[in-house]
Amino acid sequence: MTEYLTLSMLLFSIGAIGVLVRRNAIIVFMCVELMLNATNLAFVAFARQHGNLDGQVAAFFVMVVAAAEVTIGLAIIVSIYRTRRTTSVDDANLLKA
Amino acid sequence: MLDLSWLLIAIPLAGAALLLTWGKESDRFGHLIATACSAASFVLGVVLFVELAGRDAEDRSVTTDLGTWIDAGPFRADFSFTFDTLSSLFVLLITGVGTLIHVYSIGYMAHDERRRRFFAYLNLFIAAMLTLVLAADYLVLFLGWEGVGLASYLLIGFWQHKPSAAAAAKKAFVMNRVGDLGLALAIMTMFAWFGTTSIAAVNDQVHSVSGNVATALGLLLLLGACGKSAQFPLQAWLLDAMEGPTPVSALIHAATMVTAGVYLVVRSHDVFDASATARNVVIAVGVITLLMGAWIGCTKDDIKKALAGSTMSQIGYMMLAAGLGPAGYAFAIFHLLTHGFFKANMFLGAGSVMHGMNDDVDMRHYGALRKAMPVTFYTFGIGYLAIIGFPGTSGFFSKDKIIEAALGHSVWVGLAALLGAGVTAFYMTRLMLMTFFGEKRWRDDVHPHESPSVMTVPLIVLAALSLLAGLMALGSWIEEWLEPAAGHAEHHDLPLPIIVITLIVLVVVAAGVALAWLTYGRRQIAAETPADSEVSAFTRAGRAELYGNHVNDALVVRPATHLTRALVWADAKVIDGFVTGGADRLGEISGELRKPQTGFVRSYALMVLGGALVVLLGLLAVTLA
Amino acid sequence: MTAFWILAPVMVLAAMGLIFARKAVHAALCLAVVMICLAMLYAAQGAPFLFAVQIIVYTGAIMMLFLFVLMLVGVETSDSIVETIKGQRVMAAVVGVLFALLLSLGVAQSVSSAIVGLGEANANGNLHGLASLLFTDYVLAFEFTAALMIVAVLGAMVLAHRERLVAPPTQADLQARRMRDFAESGKHPGNAPTPGVFARHNAVDTPALLPDGTPLPESIPGTLVSRHQFELHDADDVNRVVGEIEAADVDPDERPVTTEKPDVRPASDTDEGESK
Repeated sequence: MTEYLTLSMLLFSIGAIGVLVRRNAIIVFMCVELMLNATNLAFVAFARQHGNLDGQVAAFFVMVVAAAEVTIGLAIIVSIYRTRRTTSVDDANLLKA
Repeated sequence: MLDLSWLLIAIPLAGAALLLTWGKESDRFGHLIATACSAASFVLGVVLFVELAGRDAEDRSVTTDLGTWIDAGPFRADFSFTFDTLSSLFVLLITGVGTLIHVYSIGYMAHDERRRRFFAYLNLFIAAMLTLVLAADYLVLFLGWEGVGLASYLLIGFWQHKPSAAAAAKKAFVMNRVGDLGLALAIMTMFAWFGTTSIAAVNDQVHSVSGNVATALGLLLLLGACGKSAQFPLQAWLLDAMEGPTPVSALIHAATMVTAGVYLVVRSHDVFDASATARNVVIAVGVITLLMGAWIGCTKDDIKKALAGSTMSQIGYMMLAAGLGPAGYAFAIFHLLTHGFFKANMFLGAGSVMHGMNDDVDMRHYGALRKAMPVTFYTFGIGYLAIIGFPGTSGFFSKDKIIEAALGHSVWVGLAALLGAGVTAFYMTRLMLMTFFGEKRWRDDVHPHESPSVMTVPLIVLAALSLLAGLMALGSWIEEWLEPAAGHAEHHDLPLPIIVITLIVLVVVAAGVALAWLTYGRRQIAAETPADSEVSAFTRAGRAELYGNHVNDALVVRPATHLTRALVWADAKVIDGFVTGGADRLGEISGELRKPQTGFVRSYALMVLGGALVVLLGLLAVTLA
Repeated sequence: MTAFWILAPVMVLAAMGLIFARKAVHAALCLAVVMICLAMLYAAQGAPFLFAVQIIVYTGAIMMLFLFVLMLVGVETSDSIVETIKGQRVMAAVVGVLFALLLSLGVAQSVSSAIVGLGEANANGNLHGLASLLFTDYVLAFEFTAALMIVAVLGAMVLAHRERLVAPPTQADLQARRMRDFAESGKHPGNAPTPGVFARHNAVDTPALLPDGTPLPESIPGTLVSRHQFELHDADDVNRVVGEIEAADVDPDERPVTTEKPDVRPASDTDEGESK
């Protein structure tokens, strides 16, 4: 059990680091997906530990939401690319104070 | 009928409001409205006076309550007016002389484009002054007191395009503030000790408190009186106040407003009765001012300033009389009334002279005007006789009474009053000789002429009053009349018989006249004012108004200026420095906080993860602990 | 457990690839590896339905979407390896490692209760168990996800939709523009030449040859140029390189034929087809 969770958390942290260091928006997105998948692994592992399927249902919902999120996210990336000719997250810094 | 006394105030007040709010259309007839208002008030005053006179002596005081003005916990001030023997005389003086001066002003201000405003201010003054003398409560009195201060300020500075007039108005207002502070403190003291500010109640209760309270009260009231009546040490504003139009000088700064201090002392007579110290201070102030004013009057070449010095001096007489206690109150008021007539008469006469001399006020440019302006000359001459106390004129009776009472009080005070009478004779004779006698010293383009009848008629009326007002002293009428309001006058034993005193006074006066004639009547008078270096130290001091302004500058103005500068500096550097410094620090902190806002989404993500880490740490700490 | 110990290192390494891969395509492939391995772990954890969904939805659909978008926009963008935000990498590493340590040492180790196992829950089959949960307890959430999907689809359409501001050019407009360009700048009005024509290789990175034997750069697709996978050199450069190679005494069998034209060397990051 512990090893599954440890793996899940390792993957999650690796995804988080990826989000922080990568600048290509698409790769950042992939890292987010990795983090989602890592949580799914934890859900499934917990489902087995507790002996019910609620964890699996949660993982299922996470997948659905991830699918929707990817759709929208990629559409945003495409439209940003279309107007700014770049996919670097550093170039979209209009929030700068 | 007697409870209509509030109408006396309401009529001129309505006139002022009407003229100040009505537009240009009223320029043509505004002055008539104002004069009518004043005259209506006078007529009503006469009717009320007659009705009052018809009553028994004990009933000659009617208080009209218009309602509660302030009702705050234990404190209550009523908007009430008292019409009694004292205020009735003032009403007649104010509205009577006021109406005459209104009439005179129609001619004097005929070519001033802001005449309507001038008349509105005059009406405002009449209303405020009537409020002052009719008030049954010190708070209401204070309302009128401030009202006349305001009207005085507006009228001194009426020709505000002249910087000197604007400065004079400001000076008068500020110096009056000092006196007003005294009055305000007096009113607060009354409330603190008696719980009321009603004049009658305060006068009733003042004998039941300690003498120190009465002394403090008396001195505070005296401070107020000094401010309003231009008494030492607050005398410096009066001579500058002559910057206003001459009718204003006549009405406000000679006949009525400046006598408000005397009125205040007499009205609060029980306070002064209860404190001999306060009375003595009043006498001292009166004597000092009487001599100072006379001194200044001797040295000024400006006819209005000479008259203003004379006014100071005469009010000094009244103060002196008021300070003598019950023996002097009636004489103070008596002299106040006669002075109101003859001084208004002379001021208006001076205005008439100025009117004919292209508004020149320098007496050294006058001379031999008795032919050119016969009416002015004769009326002025009657005023002159009255002020020096020529037998039979009003001033003779009123001043004589004061000198007698002063002698009855103390020989030194009496001698000072006597000296004042002699000096008065000297400077008034000087003024007469320089203006109406001698050779022509006119400027080239000046063609003196008699003023129109709208100006001379008031002069004639006032001259008649100056001559005849002495009748009030017949059979001690004035003392008896004022007895309900000012208390019973006890007759002192005089060191000398009355007739001897009168003769001495006449001799002193004659000596003054003779000295003036020797100095100014026989000799050629220079057409230009001699330079300060050519005249005696006595004259130099008089011209400098006895250095009152210098003293004020050194004692008050300069320290206050330095204090203000220091405060401004402290405000800018310390207070503002603290506040803006705080804001600056905040700004700097914000600037620092701004730096993490790079706009890079990865930085934000790092912060989110860092936050999650902190939450996790906290969670673990809580769980493990 | 064997499956786990085989898969776990692979997954961690592939996930690391996500951080370190220079090219987005490689990162996507690494992610695909992680997902497939995850699917296997799901199977090993008694979740056959999620195994299928993971393969179909994630690896099949979502990863393909990523690759499509990469193809659309990623080609001409270069992911610089120089970090522009000061201290970002160090801080990310520190925070990330601390996070991982805390999670795995703190949270993961604190789970102590016994493993129940899914034998009972999956008694009627995993799919049956999931369905009975989804359509009873979670039916409301399920319906909401349906709405979410529809909104997501609409959103993607709106975002990706490009508003046309002017009428699209007709065939006649295009033809007129071509002729105008030809008249003004001499641009060839016809089709672009196909790569590889008359050349030795019929490949996209081999330019077509003109009748006189000179290469025609326009025949190479612009994408290859912008990716620096193609470079045009003149004959002197080529001959110099050939001379160097010969001087290096390369095995004659391996020696490329250089004397013949075209004087063109397609260049790319890889060594393949360096010179023909």
